[in-house]
Amino acid sequence: MNRQSLSIALTGSGGSGVMTTGSLLLEAASRSGWYGFMSRSSGPQIRGGEAAAVIRLATEPVESPDDSFDLVLAIDPASLNRFVAEIPLREDSLIVTDSAAGRRSGGLPEVPGRVFDLPMQELAKTVQGGRPNMIALGAIAKMIGLSEASIHSALEKILASKGPDIIETSRVCVQAGLTAGTELPIFDQPQLDGASALERWSVTGNEAAGMGAIRGGVRFVAAYPITPATELLEWLASSLPRVGGVLVQAEDELASINQIIGASFGGTPALTATSGPGLALMTESIGLAVCSEVPVVIMDVMRCGPSTGIATKSEQSDLNIALNGLHGDAPHLVLAPTSVTDCLFTTQWAVHLAEAMQTPAIVLSDQSLGQTRAIVERPADVSFIAKRLVPEQFEDSYYRYAVGESGVSPMSVPGQAGGQYTADGLEHNQAGVPSSMPEDHYSQLEKRERKINDFDYGQHWADLEGSGSTAVITWGSATGPVREALSRLREQGNDVRLISLRLLAPERPLEMAEALKGVKRLLVVEQSHSRQFHRYLRSAYDLTTEVRVFNRPGPLPFRPDEIIQQLADWTGEAGT
Amino acid sequence: MSSDTLQVQLQPKEYKSAVKPVWCPGCGDFGVLGSITKALAGLHIQPENVAIISGIGCSSRMPTYLNTYGFHGVHGRALALATGLKTARPDITVIATGGDGDGFSIGGNHFLHTCRRNPNMTYIVMDNQVYGMTKGQASPTTEPNWQKGKLTPAGTGINPFQPLAIALASGANFIARCSSSDSNGTARVLMQAIEHPGFSMVQVLSPCVTFRPEQREWKNRLIPAPEEMQATSDAAEAARLLLTDEGVYTGILYKGNRPVYQPKLESSMENIAEFEEEFRI
Amino acid sequence: MSDSIKGPARTIGSTEELLAYSLAMETEAVDRFNDLAEQMETHHNYEVADMFRKLAKIEGLHIDNVSRAAEGKQLPSLLAWEYEWQGGESPEGGLMEEAHYLMQPWHAIELAMHGEMRAAAFYRHVADTAVDDGVLKMALELVEEEEEHVELLKKWQERYPKPAEGWDEDLDPPAMLE
Repeated sequence: MNRQSLSIALTGSGGSGVMTTGSLLLEAASRSGWYGFMSRSSGPQIRGGEAAAVIRLATEPVESPDDSFDLVLAIDPASLNRFVAEIPLREDSLIVTDSAAGRRSGGLPEVPGRVFDLPMQELAKTVQGGRPNMIALGAIAKMIGLSEASIHSALEKILASKGPDIIETSRVCVQAGLTAGTELPIFDQPQLDGASALERWSVTGNEAAGMGAIRGGVRFVAAYPITPATELLEWLASSLPRVGGVLVQAEDELASINQIIGASFGGTPALTATSGPGLALMTESIGLAVCSEVPVVIMDVMRCGPSTGIATKSEQSDLNIALNGLHGDAPHLVLAPTSVTDCLFTTQWAVHLAEAMQTPAIVLSDQSLGQTRAIVERPADVSFIAKRLVPEQFEDSYYRYAVGESGVSPMSVPGQAGGQYTADGLEHNQAGVPSSMPEDHYSQLEKRERKINDFDYGQHWADLEGSGSTAVITWGSATGPVREALSRLREQGNDVRLISLRLLAPERPLEMAEALKGVKRLLVVEQSHSRQFHRYLRSAYDLTTEVRVFNRPGPLPFRPDEIIQQLADWTGEAGT
Repeated sequence: MSSDTLQVQLQPKEYKSAVKPVWCPGCGDFGVLGSITKALAGLHIQPENVAIISGIGCSSRMPTYLNTYGFHGVHGRALALATGLKTARPDITVIATGGDGDGFSIGGNHFLHTCRRNPNMTYIVMDNQVYGMTKGQASPTTEPNWQKGKLTPAGTGINPFQPLAIALASGANFIARCSSSDSNGTARVLMQAIEHPGFSMVQVLSPCVTFRPEQREWKNRLIPAPEEMQATSDAAEAARLLLTDEGVYTGILYKGNRPVYQPKLESSMENIAEFEEEFRI
Repeated sequence: MSDSIKGPARTIGSTEELLAYSLAMETEAVDRFNDLAEQMETHHNYEVADMFRKLAKIEGLHIDNVSRAAEGKQLPSLLAWEYEWQGGESPEGGLMEEAHYLMQPWHAIELAMHGEMRAAAFYRHVADTAVDDGVLKMALELVEEEEEHVELLKKWQERYPKPAEGWDEDLDPPAMLE
């Protein structure tokens, strides 16, 4: 079994510490030179419910789950039941579990795979204060060839706050697990470069977005906690003060969006983060930012909708509200990162764009990016920062909303003598005085639209790869699985094009026409039930090719082989 | 506040913008506009260092009529806009203005939490116990048996909101009640409100002559609070007064020493490289 | 009519102080009439707007008179809102709350008259409570002056019909702006 990639799942229940085990595994693997990522799943209980840590390790950076899992370790057999749909197994997959633990709670589900017994409970009892999950950690380490040293340093980092006693106990358990692991099958060891010259990061999408915000110049955040955006806010809460910034925990999302508009009006780049339900609350005030031309960035870490939906699972179903959720004609920016790493770039770019055009930018991240911790190459430095067009001096009268060539008017800041104006949600004339005159409405609407449409976004509006006559078009987190599918096809000599949109609003008709040149078949891949992305493409662009849609709502992610299968079915029918 | 060595005395008129108010003649808000201009002139604050923040309603039109910076936001969210601005720009004098509907109905939640947070700003509520802009519905401060509201023809039948008592309980640091017909007296109160640290809540009874013309008689009912009760820093004493005065006492009714919310915001680009430490493997 | 405004909040001790108060009253009156004129213009009541402009001019003449009387004297300088009027507001000039967008010229003069009457009452109070002879003399002169103004306004008002019942009836409902 020579593999470049290993997919491992850990399940448990009743406080078995599965998440911690998964984190330790990922940490130890990263120190050994693996790339990869980990995501988490759980039952509805706040504590003590079922939990799963889902990990992929690979010899190069990966942005997608694999087609199936190579190894599942279930600390108690019944815990796997809840997660069967998200942990697809093959006949030759390995399932390691503790049959003794299954006596009370029940056995394994009916799934393919070869089952091995590992008496974790019993082994844990041999160590004072020992825990089964640490036995499990040792066993897995043995199976995949992680050194004891790498586990030890992972323990010291991740369990630092628990104290040296717990670290020591865990280490002893791990040792016991390593020993017990010799009874289990061992995976082939790929060549890893543990001391690679390339700098690598361990980062979640939420942290990367926070980093992008700070690098872009955001110094004021107001927010209300909501799953799965809360970690982004927590990271910013402790990080902003280090660069002289502030995070305010507001009383609700309505306060959050208005506070950031207020701070931005005062000249400070500002951001908030929320999820679908919060974005719905904010729409009225985002419209205020559009009309009064105040820059702000709103991160939406999407989850399954509608309404309260499935808070802990990912979906790409907030596209509609991000694009069309504002009442009136309210053009604004909508962007979406395509991977965990891209969360940094796209957020930083969004800050820059919002400030340059004095408009709100909605950034559509999602739970699968936000809450996944990935081992990646250090993200490239990005030069985009917040830079607002500010008037240097003032004539006798200052026209805040003067209509000029670019559509962007110099924006005065409180404290500048001569620059006083009242920002307004009411339609207004160039001086900012409320107006219901048709010519003012026409000209201000036109200006607010033009400033966004005419901007030069460069090549970052989309990722374009390949040159075949068959293309897959997608966005956001669906990009990872699509990219991996197409890279496999390319290895077989099949060049399928990838178009992944990073900029969803405003539309880029010229650039899209160029990207679709020579495309005869276009497969749309998206994670929404009602095909929101497909509808958007049809309304925004001329799709002169044959079009098919592969869509599914959350909670399950796409896997590369599904996409390969869709393409095969299509081109197979066509006889190619 | 400006610490210019040369304190040029601006005239109140200079704080008015060129835009003429569209308020009905007789509206109490004219008096408040005058009071704001007098207060700012009296405190020698340059217009460019002031921001007037409002929501939606007749009284929320205030920013447009002043020659300062201003933000006419959406209904009920003025205090959130103001909090964001003040936190980011503590050097700016921030004054939120609005009415009883904007402030206590849709804005109620932000009102509670802004009092709680106690940022250094002033909130002027022009209370006319009606929704004027939308043609005369009952507001949270309307008495329960007012039967002229078309949506509540039998009267609301429910308790009116007690904004000053709520402000006190929630954490505001300065509480006053004024009458729009006493423009100078209101100006003097506003000067103290602006100067006092923390959240200063000033309820100005400001008649709506179009939908509640009987309110022209208000000024005859209001009386200054007894000398010994004015500007107390004893919250319990103030609470007793506010809950028993039937809304007729004017003056500064509470002047406290509660902690003020003002986190330091000094934007810098230093230390950014250090962040990488936590991500680096 | 409101007669809640009486005298100053404290005794006026010198003629200089009295002149300062008088000047402040007249200055405030000019501003008020001009404000009222603007309000009338915004609400398309031009006839009354013109009347308020006239009244503002007349108050301006009073300012000239007081200034002449104050020539050579050193008046205490107080800002307008620092004057302590009993009942809060400076007595002279039209009170904002007596205005109405449909008011007629008769009302405008009535409004001005109330101001003059209040001013007279103010000065009478000063006279009644004066401890300084100079103040007493000047206050009585000012009372006379204000009462003359009232007579002039009464005569002017005779030229206009007293508005009939229903003068404030507007057949259109109020507009809803937001």
